[in-house]
Amino acid sequence: MLIKSPSDIKPSEITSESDYKNRRQFLQQMGKVAAATAITLGTTTQLTACQGATNTGMDLPEKYRDYPDITRHALSTKEKLTDYDSITSYCNFYEFGTSKSAPSFYSILMQTRPWTVEVEGEVEKPLTLNIEDILRRFALQEYVYRLRCVEGWSMVIPWVGFPLADLIKYCKPTSNAKYVHFVSLHNPEQMIGQKRDVLDWPYEEGLRIDEATHPLTIMSVGMYGNELLNQNGAPIRLVVPWKYGFKSIKSVVKLRFTEKQPVSTWTKSAEDEYGFYANVNPEVDHPRWSQGKERRIGEYFKRKTLLFNGYADQVASLYSGMDLHKHF
Amino acid sequence: MFSTEITLKVVKPVVFILCLLPAMMLVYGFLTHNLGADPIQLMLKETGEWALRLLLATLAVTPIRHIFGWSSLIRIRRMLGLFSFFYALLHITIYITFDQSLDIVEIINDIFKRPFITIGVMSFLLMLPLALTSSNYAIRYLTGKKWKQLHQLVYLVGIGAVIHFLWLAQSKAYITEPLIYMTILAMLLLVRHPPIMQKLKR
Repeated sequence: MLIKSPSDIKPSEITSESDYKNRRQFLQQMGKVAAATAITLGTTTQLTACQGATNTGMDLPEKYRDYPDITRHALSTKEKLTDYDSITSYCNFYEFGTSKSAPSFYSILMQTRPWTVEVEGEVEKPLTLNIEDILRRFALQEYVYRLRCVEGWSMVIPWVGFPLADLIKYCKPTSNAKYVHFVSLHNPEQMIGQKRDVLDWPYEEGLRIDEATHPLTIMSVGMYGNELLNQNGAPIRLVVPWKYGFKSIKSVVKLRFTEKQPVSTWTKSAEDEYGFYANVNPEVDHPRWSQGKERRIGEYFKRKTLLFNGYADQVASLYSGMDLHKHF
Repeated sequence: MFSTEITLKVVKPVVFILCLLPAMMLVYGFLTHNLGADPIQLMLKETGEWALRLLLATLAVTPIRHIFGWSSLIRIRRMLGLFSFFYALLHITIYITFDQSLDIVEIINDIFKRPFITIGVMSFLLMLPLALTSSNYAIRYLTGKKWKQLHQLVYLVGIGAVIHFLWLAQSKAYITEPLIYMTILAMLLLVRHPPIMQKLKR
Protein backbone atom coordinates (compact mmCIF):
# COMPACT_ATOMS: atom_id res chain seq x y z
CA MET A 1 0.00 0.00 0.00
CA LEU A 2 1.17 3.52 -0.77
CA ILE A 3 1.26 5.92 2.13
CA LYS A 4 0.91 9.55 1.20
CA SER A 5 2.68 12.25 3.13
CA PRO A 6 0.37 14.89 4.66
CA SER A 7 1.71 17.58 2.30
CA ASP A 8 0.51 15.50 -0.59
CA ILE A 9 -2.54 17.58 -1.48
CA LYS A 10 -4.11 16.42 -4.68
CA PRO A 11 -3.89 19.34 -7.11
CA SER A 12 -7.39 18.45 -8.33
CA GLU A 13 -8.61 19.89 -5.08
CA ILE A 14 -7.23 23.32 -5.81
CA THR A 15 -9.37 24.63 -8.66
CA SER A 16 -12.87 23.30 -8.93
CA GLU A 17 -13.95 22.00 -12.28
CA SER A 18 -16.87 24.40 -12.56
CA ASP A 19 -14.52 27.36 -12.12
CA TYR A 20 -12.35 26.50 -15.02
CA LYS A 21 -15.30 25.42 -17.17
CA ASN A 22 -16.95 28.79 -16.63
CA ARG A 23 -13.75 30.46 -17.64
CA ARG A 24 -13.60 28.37 -20.79
CA GLN A 25 -17.14 29.30 -21.77
CA PHE A 26 -16.35 32.93 -21.25
CA LEU A 27 -13.18 32.63 -23.31
CA GLN A 28 -15.09 31.02 -26.11
CA GLN A 29 -17.58 33.87 -26.23
CA MET A 30 -14.76 36.38 -26.16
CA GLY A 31 -13.02 34.54 -28.96
CA LYS A 32 -16.09 34.95 -31.12
CA VAL A 33 -16.33 38.67 -30.40
CA ALA A 34 -12.66 39.09 -31.23
CA ALA A 35 -12.97 37.08 -34.42
CA ALA A 36 -15.95 39.14 -35.56
CA THR A 37 -14.07 42.36 -34.88
CA ALA A 38 -11.05 41.13 -36.77
CA ILE A 39 -13.16 40.25 -39.78
CA THR A 40 -14.60 43.77 -39.77
CA LEU A 41 -11.07 45.10 -39.66
CA GLY A 42 -10.16 42.83 -42.52
CA THR A 43 -7.02 41.74 -40.78
CA THR A 44 -5.72 38.44 -39.58
CA THR A 45 -3.90 39.41 -36.48
CA GLN A 46 -2.03 37.19 -34.12
CA LEU A 47 -4.39 38.53 -31.49
CA THR A 48 -7.30 36.51 -32.76
CA ALA A 49 -5.15 33.51 -33.56
CA CYS A 50 -4.04 33.44 -29.97
CA GLN A 51 -7.47 34.01 -28.55
CA GLY A 52 -8.57 31.16 -30.73
CA ALA A 53 -6.20 28.98 -28.79
CA THR A 54 -8.64 28.83 -25.96
CA ASN A 55 -11.50 28.64 -28.40
CA THR A 56 -10.74 25.35 -30.07
CA GLY A 57 -13.97 23.82 -28.92
CA MET A 58 -11.67 21.19 -27.48
CA ASP A 59 -12.94 20.26 -24.06
CA LEU A 60 -10.17 19.50 -21.65
CA PRO A 61 -10.72 16.30 -19.72
CA GLU A 62 -11.37 16.79 -16.05
CA LYS A 63 -8.09 16.90 -14.18
CA TYR A 64 -6.93 13.65 -12.53
CA ARG A 65 -9.51 11.60 -14.42
CA ASP A 66 -7.08 8.98 -15.79
CA TYR A 67 -4.72 8.76 -12.82
CA PRO A 68 -6.84 9.83 -9.82
CA ASP A 69 -4.55 8.33 -7.17
CA ILE A 70 -1.16 9.13 -8.59
CA THR A 71 1.46 9.87 -5.96
CA ARG A 72 3.81 12.79 -6.20
CA HIS A 73 7.53 12.08 -6.55
CA ALA A 74 9.84 13.63 -3.96
CA LEU A 75 11.79 15.54 -6.62
CA SER A 76 8.67 17.60 -7.36
CA THR A 77 8.72 21.34 -6.87
CA LYS A 78 6.16 22.91 -4.54
CA GLU A 79 5.73 25.96 -6.75
CA LYS A 80 2.30 26.98 -8.00
CA LEU A 81 1.23 24.93 -10.99
CA THR A 82 0.71 26.64 -14.34
CA ASP A 83 -2.95 26.33 -15.22
CA TYR A 84 -4.18 23.50 -17.37
CA ASP A 85 -5.55 25.83 -20.06
CA SER A 86 -2.19 27.48 -20.58
CA ILE A 87 -0.22 24.24 -20.72
CA THR A 88 -2.60 22.81 -23.31
CA SER A 89 -3.06 25.93 -25.46
CA TYR A 90 0.41 27.50 -25.47
CA CYS A 91 2.66 24.95 -27.09
CA ASN A 92 5.75 24.83 -29.25
CA PHE A 93 5.21 21.77 -31.42
CA TYR A 94 6.26 22.77 -34.93
CA GLU A 95 4.99 19.46 -36.31
CA PHE A 96 1.56 21.10 -36.08
CA GLY A 97 2.54 24.64 -37.03
CA THR A 98 4.82 27.34 -35.73
CA SER A 99 2.32 29.38 -33.73
CA LYS A 100 1.70 28.65 -30.07
CA SER A 101 -1.96 27.92 -30.71
CA ALA A 102 -1.63 25.70 -33.80
CA PRO A 103 -0.83 22.46 -31.91
CA SER A 104 -4.05 22.63 -29.89
CA PHE A 105 -6.00 22.82 -33.17
CA TYR A 106 -4.16 20.53 -35.53
CA SER A 107 -2.80 17.82 -33.24
CA ILE A 108 -6.28 16.28 -33.27
CA LEU A 109 -5.21 14.62 -36.53
CA MET A 110 -2.47 12.60 -34.84
CA GLN A 111 -3.23 8.91 -34.16
CA THR A 112 -1.66 7.79 -30.91
CA ARG A 113 -2.99 4.21 -30.95
CA PRO A 114 -1.57 1.83 -31.98
CA TRP A 115 1.82 3.27 -31.03
CA THR A 116 5.16 1.56 -30.78
CA VAL A 117 8.61 2.66 -29.68
CA GLU A 118 11.49 1.02 -31.52
CA VAL A 119 14.67 0.38 -29.56
CA GLU A 120 17.80 -0.16 -31.63
CA GLY A 121 21.55 0.47 -31.88
CA GLU A 122 23.89 -0.50 -29.07
CA VAL A 123 21.51 -2.87 -27.26
CA GLU A 124 21.72 -6.59 -26.62
CA LYS A 125 18.67 -7.14 -28.80
CA PRO A 126 16.56 -4.60 -30.74
CA LEU A 127 13.04 -4.28 -29.33
CA THR A 128 9.66 -2.97 -30.30
CA LEU A 129 7.72 -1.69 -27.32
CA ASN A 130 4.00 -1.27 -27.46
CA ILE A 131 2.64 1.80 -25.67
CA GLU A 132 0.30 -0.43 -23.64
CA ASP A 133 3.27 -2.54 -22.52
CA ILE A 134 5.14 0.58 -21.51
CA LEU A 135 2.19 1.87 -19.48
CA ARG A 136 1.85 -1.49 -17.75
CA ARG A 137 5.51 -2.21 -17.15
CA PHE A 138 6.79 1.00 -15.57
CA ALA A 139 5.62 2.52 -12.29
CA LEU A 140 4.03 5.89 -12.91
CA GLN A 141 4.31 8.83 -10.56
CA GLU A 142 3.63 12.53 -10.71
CA TYR A 143 6.69 14.74 -11.26
CA VAL A 144 6.08 18.47 -10.87
CA TYR A 145 8.86 20.16 -12.79
CA ARG A 146 9.72 23.62 -13.96
CA LEU A 147 9.89 23.88 -17.74
CA ARG A 148 12.01 26.68 -19.19
CA CYS A 149 11.57 27.41 -22.89
CA VAL A 150 14.60 28.73 -24.77
CA GLU A 151 12.35 31.61 -25.88
CA GLY A 152 12.30 33.05 -22.37
CA TRP A 153 9.12 31.79 -20.75
CA SER A 154 8.51 29.07 -18.21
CA MET A 155 5.82 26.91 -16.66
CA VAL A 156 5.38 24.52 -13.73
CA ILE A 157 3.94 21.26 -15.04
CA PRO A 158 2.68 18.20 -13.17
CA TRP A 159 3.85 15.42 -15.46
CA VAL A 160 2.85 11.78 -15.11
CA GLY A 161 5.71 9.51 -16.01
CA PHE A 162 8.49 7.17 -15.04
CA PRO A 163 12.28 7.47 -14.92
CA LEU A 164 13.93 7.05 -18.31
CA ALA A 165 16.53 5.05 -16.38
CA ASP A 166 13.90 2.31 -15.87
CA LEU A 167 13.28 2.08 -19.60
CA ILE A 168 17.00 2.12 -20.40
CA LYS A 169 17.61 -0.70 -17.93
CA TYR A 170 14.88 -2.71 -19.62
CA CYS A 171 16.47 -2.08 -23.07
CA LYS A 172 19.78 -3.64 -21.93
CA PRO A 173 22.22 -1.30 -23.68
CA THR A 174 25.74 -2.56 -24.39
CA SER A 175 28.85 -0.95 -22.91
CA ASN A 176 29.27 0.94 -26.20
CA ALA A 177 26.09 2.91 -25.56
CA LYS A 178 27.33 6.42 -24.73
CA TYR A 179 24.31 8.36 -25.96
CA VAL A 180 20.59 7.95 -26.44
CA HIS A 181 19.19 9.27 -29.69
CA PHE A 182 15.42 9.96 -29.77
CA VAL A 183 13.24 10.26 -32.85
CA SER A 184 9.72 11.74 -33.09
CA LEU A 185 6.90 10.64 -35.33
CA HIS A 186 7.28 11.62 -38.99
CA ASN A 187 3.91 11.61 -40.69
CA PRO A 188 2.95 14.76 -42.63
CA GLU A 189 -0.62 13.49 -43.06
CA GLN A 190 -1.10 13.51 -39.30
CA MET A 191 1.37 16.27 -38.51
CA ILE A 192 0.50 18.95 -41.02
CA GLY A 193 3.30 21.24 -39.91
CA GLN A 194 5.69 18.71 -41.42
CA LYS A 195 4.45 19.72 -44.86
CA ARG A 196 6.58 22.84 -44.44
CA ASP A 197 10.31 22.30 -44.14
CA VAL A 198 10.80 24.73 -41.24
CA LEU A 199 12.89 21.99 -39.61
CA ASP A 200 14.56 18.88 -40.96
CA TRP A 201 11.89 16.27 -40.13
CA PRO A 202 11.63 14.04 -38.20
CA TYR A 203 12.49 15.89 -34.99
CA GLU A 204 15.46 14.27 -33.29
CA GLU A 205 17.13 14.76 -29.95
CA GLY A 206 19.87 13.20 -27.90
CA LEU A 207 21.21 12.85 -24.38
CA ARG A 208 24.43 11.60 -22.92
CA ILE A 209 23.76 8.27 -21.19
CA ASP A 210 24.47 9.75 -17.74
CA GLU A 211 21.99 12.54 -18.43
CA ALA A 212 19.46 10.02 -19.69
CA THR A 213 19.74 7.84 -16.59
CA HIS A 214 19.65 10.76 -14.14
CA PRO A 215 16.72 10.40 -11.70
CA LEU A 216 15.25 13.75 -12.85
CA THR A 217 14.95 12.57 -16.45
CA ILE A 218 11.58 11.01 -17.13
CA MET A 219 9.48 9.69 -19.96
CA SER A 220 6.10 11.34 -19.56
CA VAL A 221 2.82 9.75 -20.57
CA GLY A 222 0.51 12.16 -18.80
CA MET A 223 -0.08 15.59 -17.36
CA TYR A 224 -2.44 16.92 -14.65
CA GLY A 225 -3.38 13.35 -13.81
CA ASN A 226 -4.52 12.53 -17.33
CA GLU A 227 -3.04 10.91 -20.40
CA LEU A 228 -1.02 13.41 -22.39
CA LEU A 229 -3.01 15.47 -24.85
CA ASN A 230 -1.67 15.34 -28.40
CA GLN A 231 -0.46 18.95 -28.34
CA ASN A 232 1.73 18.10 -25.34
CA GLY A 233 3.46 15.17 -27.04
CA ALA A 234 1.15 12.16 -26.66
CA PRO A 235 1.42 9.32 -26.13
CA ILE A 236 4.97 9.41 -24.76
CA ARG A 237 7.59 12.13 -24.53
CA LEU A 238 10.85 12.95 -22.85
CA VAL A 239 11.09 15.48 -20.00
CA VAL A 240 14.51 16.81 -18.97
CA PRO A 241 13.75 19.65 -16.56
CA TRP A 242 17.22 21.25 -16.37
CA LYS A 243 17.46 21.72 -20.14
CA TYR A 244 15.59 24.09 -22.45
CA GLY A 245 12.22 22.71 -23.44
CA PHE A 246 13.18 21.83 -27.00
CA LYS A 247 15.35 18.97 -25.65
CA SER A 248 12.23 17.29 -24.24
CA ILE A 249 11.23 15.61 -27.49
CA LYS A 250 7.54 14.79 -27.98
CA SER A 251 5.66 11.83 -29.46
CA VAL A 252 8.70 9.55 -29.42
CA VAL A 253 8.79 6.56 -31.79
CA LYS A 254 12.42 5.51 -31.57
CA LEU A 255 15.29 5.21 -29.12
CA ARG A 256 18.68 4.47 -30.60
CA PHE A 257 21.66 3.80 -28.34
CA THR A 258 24.83 5.11 -29.98
CA GLU A 259 28.52 5.49 -29.39
CA LYS A 260 28.68 8.84 -31.17
CA GLN A 261 26.94 12.02 -30.11
CA PRO A 262 23.69 12.45 -32.02
CA VAL A 263 22.86 15.76 -33.72
CA SER A 264 19.70 17.47 -32.47
CA THR A 265 17.25 18.88 -34.99
CA TRP A 266 17.63 22.41 -33.64
CA THR A 267 21.41 22.15 -33.72
CA LYS A 268 21.15 21.14 -37.36
CA SER A 269 18.92 24.13 -37.97
CA ALA A 270 21.15 26.75 -36.27
CA GLU A 271 24.25 25.38 -34.58
CA ASP A 272 25.38 28.77 -33.26
CA GLU A 273 22.04 29.18 -31.46
CA TYR A 274 21.17 25.70 -30.17
CA GLY A 275 23.86 23.38 -28.84
CA PHE A 276 23.73 19.71 -27.95
CA TYR A 277 23.58 20.27 -24.20
CA ALA A 278 21.06 23.14 -24.11
CA ASN A 279 21.33 23.33 -20.32
CA VAL A 280 19.37 26.23 -18.87
CA ASN A 281 22.02 28.84 -18.09
CA PRO A 282 21.39 32.53 -17.38
CA GLU A 283 25.05 33.27 -18.12
CA VAL A 284 25.00 31.99 -21.67
CA ASP A 285 22.78 34.18 -23.82
CA HIS A 286 21.01 33.14 -26.94
CA PRO A 287 22.48 35.25 -29.77
CA ARG A 288 19.23 37.15 -30.19
CA TRP A 289 17.91 37.44 -26.66
CA SER A 290 19.01 37.30 -23.05
CA GLN A 291 18.63 34.07 -21.10
CA GLY A 292 19.02 35.92 -17.82
CA LYS A 293 15.29 36.22 -17.20
CA GLU A 294 12.10 34.42 -17.97
CA ARG A 295 8.40 35.11 -17.79
CA ARG A 296 6.57 32.50 -15.76
CA ILE A 297 3.30 31.95 -17.62
CA GLY A 298 0.58 33.53 -15.49
CA GLU A 299 2.85 36.36 -14.33
CA TYR A 300 3.48 39.78 -15.88
CA PHE A 301 7.02 40.65 -14.85
CA LYS A 302 10.04 38.51 -15.59
CA ARG A 303 11.91 36.58 -12.93
CA LYS A 304 15.56 35.55 -12.81
CA THR A 305 16.47 32.35 -14.58
CA LEU A 306 18.35 29.87 -12.41
CA LEU A 307 21.38 27.83 -13.45
CA PHE A 308 20.21 24.42 -14.66
CA ASN A 309 16.67 25.73 -14.21
CA GLY A 310 17.08 25.48 -10.43
CA TYR A 311 18.25 21.85 -10.52
CA ALA A 312 21.95 22.67 -10.08
CA ASP A 313 22.20 20.71 -6.82
CA GLN A 314 21.12 17.56 -8.60
CA VAL A 315 22.82 17.91 -11.99
CA ALA A 316 25.78 20.31 -11.84
CA SER A 317 28.14 17.39 -11.14
CA LEU A 318 27.32 15.91 -14.56
CA TYR A 319 29.16 18.81 -16.14
CA SER A 320 32.05 19.38 -13.75
CA GLY A 321 35.15 20.55 -15.58
CA MET A 322 33.19 21.43 -18.72
CA ASP A 323 33.19 24.94 -20.17
CA LEU A 324 29.46 25.62 -20.25
CA HIS A 325 29.97 28.63 -22.55
CA LYS A 326 31.54 26.33 -25.11
CA HIS A 327 29.30 23.32 -24.56
CA PHE A 328 26.07 25.32 -24.54
CA MET B 1 -11.97 60.51 -55.82
CA PHE B 2 -13.46 61.80 -52.54
CA SER B 3 -13.95 65.48 -51.87
CA THR B 4 -12.09 67.23 -49.07
CA GLU B 5 -15.34 67.41 -47.15
CA ILE B 6 -15.95 63.65 -47.30
CA THR B 7 -12.33 62.93 -46.44
CA LEU B 8 -12.54 65.13 -43.36
CA LYS B 9 -16.06 64.36 -42.20
CA VAL B 10 -16.33 60.67 -43.02
CA VAL B 11 -13.01 59.04 -43.85
CA LYS B 12 -11.00 60.69 -41.10
CA PRO B 13 -13.25 59.76 -38.15
CA VAL B 14 -13.66 56.22 -39.47
CA VAL B 15 -9.89 55.81 -39.83
CA PHE B 16 -9.44 57.30 -36.36
CA ILE B 17 -11.68 54.66 -34.80
CA LEU B 18 -10.08 51.86 -36.81
CA CYS B 19 -6.63 52.95 -35.66
CA LEU B 20 -7.76 52.97 -32.06
CA LEU B 21 -9.48 49.59 -32.21
CA PRO B 22 -6.40 47.34 -31.85
CA ALA B 23 -5.34 49.22 -28.72
CA MET B 24 -8.83 49.04 -27.30
CA MET B 25 -9.04 45.33 -28.02
CA LEU B 26 -5.72 44.76 -26.30
CA VAL B 27 -6.74 46.74 -23.21
CA TYR B 28 -10.10 44.99 -23.07
CA GLY B 29 -8.51 41.58 -23.64
CA PHE B 30 -5.94 42.27 -20.95
CA LEU B 31 -8.50 43.38 -18.39
CA THR B 32 -10.69 40.35 -19.08
CA HIS B 33 -7.73 37.91 -19.03
CA ASN B 34 -8.34 37.04 -22.61
CA LEU B 35 -4.99 37.42 -24.32
CA GLY B 36 -3.84 33.82 -24.07
CA ALA B 37 -1.19 32.32 -21.83
CA ASP B 38 1.38 35.10 -22.21
CA PRO B 39 -0.55 38.39 -22.50
CA ILE B 40 2.52 40.62 -22.20
CA GLN B 41 4.27 38.88 -25.07
CA LEU B 42 1.12 39.16 -27.17
CA MET B 43 0.75 42.89 -26.44
CA LEU B 44 4.43 43.43 -27.22
CA LYS B 45 4.07 41.72 -30.59
CA GLU B 46 0.75 43.34 -31.49
CA THR B 47 1.75 46.91 -30.62
CA GLY B 48 4.98 46.49 -32.59
CA GLU B 49 3.19 45.16 -35.62
CA TRP B 50 0.53 47.87 -35.52
CA ALA B 51 3.23 50.53 -35.31
CA LEU B 52 4.77 49.08 -38.47
CA ARG B 53 1.46 48.62 -40.28
CA LEU B 54 0.43 52.21 -39.59
CA LEU B 55 3.84 53.49 -40.61
CA LEU B 56 3.38 51.73 -43.95
CA ALA B 57 -0.12 53.18 -44.17
CA THR B 58 1.37 56.65 -43.62
CA LEU B 59 3.86 56.02 -46.40
CA ALA B 60 1.05 54.83 -48.67
CA VAL B 61 -0.77 58.17 -48.51
CA THR B 62 1.34 59.97 -51.11
CA PRO B 63 1.25 57.20 -53.74
CA ILE B 64 -2.51 56.75 -53.25
CA ARG B 65 -3.07 60.48 -53.66
CA HIS B 66 -1.25 60.51 -56.95
CA ILE B 67 -2.45 57.23 -58.37
CA PHE B 68 -6.11 57.68 -57.52
CA GLY B 69 -6.16 61.44 -57.70
CA TRP B 70 -7.43 61.57 -54.10
CA SER B 71 -5.44 64.60 -53.08
CA SER B 72 -7.43 65.36 -49.92
CA LEU B 73 -6.15 62.12 -48.40
CA ILE B 74 -3.19 64.21 -47.23
CA ARG B 75 -5.53 65.45 -44.48
CA ILE B 76 -5.34 62.11 -42.64
CA ARG B 77 -1.59 61.45 -43.05
CA ARG B 78 -0.55 63.18 -39.84
CA MET B 79 -3.09 61.18 -37.89
CA LEU B 80 -1.78 57.88 -39.31
CA GLY B 81 1.80 58.86 -38.52
CA LEU B 82 0.88 59.81 -34.96
CA PHE B 83 -0.99 56.56 -34.46
CA SER B 84 2.10 54.68 -35.65
CA PHE B 85 4.11 56.60 -33.06
CA PHE B 86 1.46 55.86 -30.43
CA TYR B 87 1.78 52.09 -31.01
CA ALA B 88 5.59 52.31 -31.12
CA LEU B 89 5.47 54.15 -27.78
CA LEU B 90 3.23 51.44 -26.30
CA HIS B 91 5.57 48.79 -27.73
CA ILE B 92 8.72 50.23 -26.18
CA THR B 93 6.91 51.00 -22.91
CA ILE B 94 5.86 47.36 -22.57
CA TYR B 95 9.44 46.27 -23.29
CA ILE B 96 10.91 48.67 -20.73
CA THR B 97 8.31 47.96 -18.05
CA PHE B 98 7.52 44.28 -18.24
CA ASP B 99 10.46 42.73 -20.09
CA GLN B 100 13.13 44.79 -18.32
CA SER B 101 11.34 45.78 -15.09
CA LEU B 102 12.49 49.43 -15.63
CA ASP B 103 16.10 48.41 -15.02
CA ILE B 104 18.10 51.09 -16.87
CA VAL B 105 21.40 49.18 -16.74
CA GLU B 106 19.80 46.06 -18.20
CA ILE B 107 18.13 48.09 -20.93
CA ILE B 108 21.38 49.79 -21.94
CA ASN B 109 23.17 46.44 -21.95
CA ASP B 110 20.44 44.99 -24.11
CA ILE B 111 20.63 47.89 -26.58
CA PHE B 112 24.37 47.38 -27.01
CA LYS B 113 24.27 43.62 -27.03
CA ARG B 114 21.47 42.79 -29.41
CA PRO B 115 21.42 44.30 -32.90
CA PHE B 116 17.67 43.94 -33.31
CA ILE B 117 17.09 45.92 -30.11
CA THR B 118 19.65 48.53 -31.19
CA ILE B 119 17.91 49.19 -34.48
CA GLY B 120 14.47 49.06 -32.89
CA VAL B 121 15.40 51.70 -30.33
CA MET B 122 17.08 53.82 -33.01
CA SER B 123 13.97 53.71 -35.16
CA PHE B 124 11.86 54.77 -32.21
CA LEU B 125 14.22 57.65 -31.37
CA LEU B 126 14.04 58.83 -34.98
CA MET B 127 10.27 58.94 -34.67
CA LEU B 128 10.45 61.34 -31.72
CA PRO B 129 11.42 64.52 -33.65
CA LEU B 130 8.77 63.69 -36.22
CA ALA B 131 6.03 63.33 -33.63
CA LEU B 132 7.20 66.46 -31.80
CA THR B 133 7.13 68.59 -34.97
CA SER B 134 3.79 67.39 -36.19
CA SER B 135 1.75 70.36 -34.99
CA ASN B 136 0.63 73.16 -37.30
CA TYR B 137 2.72 75.51 -35.22
CA ALA B 138 5.88 73.44 -35.77
CA ILE B 139 5.25 73.24 -39.49
CA ARG B 140 4.95 77.03 -39.69
CA TYR B 141 7.91 77.58 -37.39
CA LEU B 142 10.24 75.29 -39.36
CA THR B 143 8.88 76.56 -42.70
CA GLY B 144 7.82 74.02 -45.31
CA LYS B 145 11.21 73.13 -46.71
CA LYS B 146 13.02 72.40 -43.46
CA TRP B 147 10.01 70.54 -42.11
CA LYS B 148 9.90 68.39 -45.23
CA GLN B 149 13.59 67.57 -45.00
CA LEU B 150 13.27 66.60 -41.36
CA HIS B 151 10.28 64.40 -42.04
CA GLN B 152 12.14 62.47 -44.70
CA LEU B 153 13.56 60.64 -41.67
CA VAL B 154 10.39 58.58 -41.89
CA TYR B 155 12.01 56.49 -44.62
CA LEU B 156 14.84 55.57 -42.24
CA VAL B 157 12.29 54.74 -39.54
CA GLY B 158 10.50 52.40 -41.95
CA ILE B 159 13.69 50.64 -43.03
CA GLY B 160 14.84 50.38 -39.40
CA ALA B 161 11.51 48.96 -38.26
CA VAL B 162 11.49 46.31 -40.97
CA ILE B 163 15.09 45.29 -40.16
CA HIS B 164 14.14 45.15 -36.45
CA PHE B 165 11.39 42.66 -37.29
CA LEU B 166 13.55 40.68 -39.75
CA TRP B 167 16.37 40.25 -37.25
CA LEU B 168 13.97 39.24 -34.51
CA ALA B 169 12.43 36.53 -36.68
CA GLN B 170 15.49 35.33 -38.53
CA SER B 171 14.63 31.64 -38.52
CA LYS B 172 12.77 30.04 -41.40
CA ALA B 173 9.70 29.48 -39.26
CA TYR B 174 8.93 33.12 -38.57
CA ILE B 175 10.42 34.98 -41.52
CA THR B 176 7.28 35.17 -43.70
CA GLU B 177 5.58 38.07 -41.93
CA PRO B 178 8.58 40.42 -41.84
CA LEU B 179 9.29 39.56 -45.49
CA ILE B 180 5.78 40.69 -46.40
CA TYR B 181 6.30 44.01 -44.63
CA MET B 182 9.69 44.36 -46.30
CA THR B 183 8.11 43.87 -49.72
CA ILE B 184 5.39 46.43 -49.03
CA LEU B 185 7.96 48.94 -47.78
CA ALA B 186 10.15 48.35 -50.85
CA MET B 187 7.15 48.98 -53.11
CA LEU B 188 6.21 52.15 -51.25
CA LEU B 189 9.75 53.47 -51.57
CA LEU B 190 10.11 52.43 -55.19
CA VAL B 191 6.89 54.10 -56.23
CA ARG B 192 8.37 57.42 -55.08
CA HIS B 193 11.03 57.18 -57.76
CA PRO B 194 10.04 60.10 -60.07
CA PRO B 195 9.88 58.18 -63.40
CA ILE B 196 7.69 55.49 -61.85
CA MET B 197 5.49 58.05 -60.11
CA GLN B 198 5.08 59.94 -63.41
CA LYS B 199 3.81 56.80 -65.13
CA LEU B 200 1.32 56.01 -62.37
CA LYS B 201 0.00 59.56 -62.00
CA ARG B 202 -3.48 60.29 -63.19
